[in-house]
Amino acid sequence: MKNENEILNESKVSPFGEDSERASVAFPGEVHPTAGGGILLSKLDEVINWARSNSLWPLVFGTSCCAIEMMSTAAAKYDWSRFGFEVARATPRQADVIIIAGTIVNKMAPVLKRLYDQMPDPKYVIAMGACATSGGPFFYNTYSVVKGADHIIPVDVYIAGCPPRPEALLHALITLQQKIKSGATREQIRNGIGN
Amino acid sequence: MTNEALKIKLPELIPSVVFEEGGEWITAFVDASAWKTIAQQLRSNEDFQFDYLFCVTCVDWKTHLTMVYHLTSTIYRHSLVIKAKLDRNNPEIETVSDIWRTAEFHEREAYDLFGVKFLHHPDLRRLLLTDDFDGYPLRKDFEDPINMIKL
Repeated sequence: MKNENEILNESKVSPFGEDSERASVAFPGEVHPTAGGGILLSKLDEVINWARSNSLWPLVFGTSCCAIEMMSTAAAKYDWSRFGFEVARATPRQADVIIIAGTIVNKMAPVLKRLYDQMPDPKYVIAMGACATSGGPFFYNTYSVVKGADHIIPVDVYIAGCPPRPEALLHALITLQQKIKSGATREQIRNGIGN
Repeated sequence: MTNEALKIKLPELIPSVVFEEGGEWITAFVDASAWKTIAQQLRSNEDFQFDYLFCVTCVDWKTHLTMVYHLTSTIYRHSLVIKAKLDRNNPEIETVSDIWRTAEFHEREAYDLFGVKFLHHPDLRRLLLTDDFDGYPLRKDFEDPINMIKL
């Protein structure tokens, strides 16, 4: 199957106009020139990725002080539902992303694993704060803290901070959205599509 | 009662009390063996009436353990700190959970993390850690090579 970029370059159609300096940029999609304007048909997966990234529903999972910053991000001043994280579900069955806000202790680790297993694909994980990234301030000399949530579940985005400011959490959410838009989910990789 | 008045009245109740200086509350050291009768007196005595035990902890000084009780009176609004030294190899002290009910959980936590045995406690078992945990983590000589990364 030929790549869309090769089709584009062969037909020498540029949506930016022949003389513009962006005429040589490959356009990631098929362009069908019509009389009134251009109708854009993208790859279906890119539409799906766009839709998925703009409506990630988080699972409420705050164990420690980072949960306060997460609540603050969800509240009125740094609203995260502007970015599509509108509905924060308490059940993992209806959630897309789990934001691990807080310390994971040895007693909580199997619970976290079970919640992650209960989430349907495609699911993403954000490790918020120092404790979820590496154990944080509890890295040394503690008998009960898991030194990083990625010992339990695979993590997509890490946020530094103790606790990270709401703007940092929003930046991480936007980064996750870009990661979803640019990358392929596990099923897409399995089906042989995507970069 | 002010701190000075407490300092005068307490040795009438406990002849062998030793005061420690510093801090906003009076700190008194008592014998661990005499703690139960002293506690009952502190609760019931008309002048003291310490009816609110708001903290029970244990401190591990490397040579011995110390139980620390923070008491206050809602009637007179005075506060007191009682400390009792315990032997490290056999830390036992009488429970006060029948005098102040809150001590039930606080003493369970002290048993869980330090290994202090509270005699005649109604339900002495682990509170915070898992039931099959081995050892008493908050002691200074607790070693856990798997989980603890030493700095």
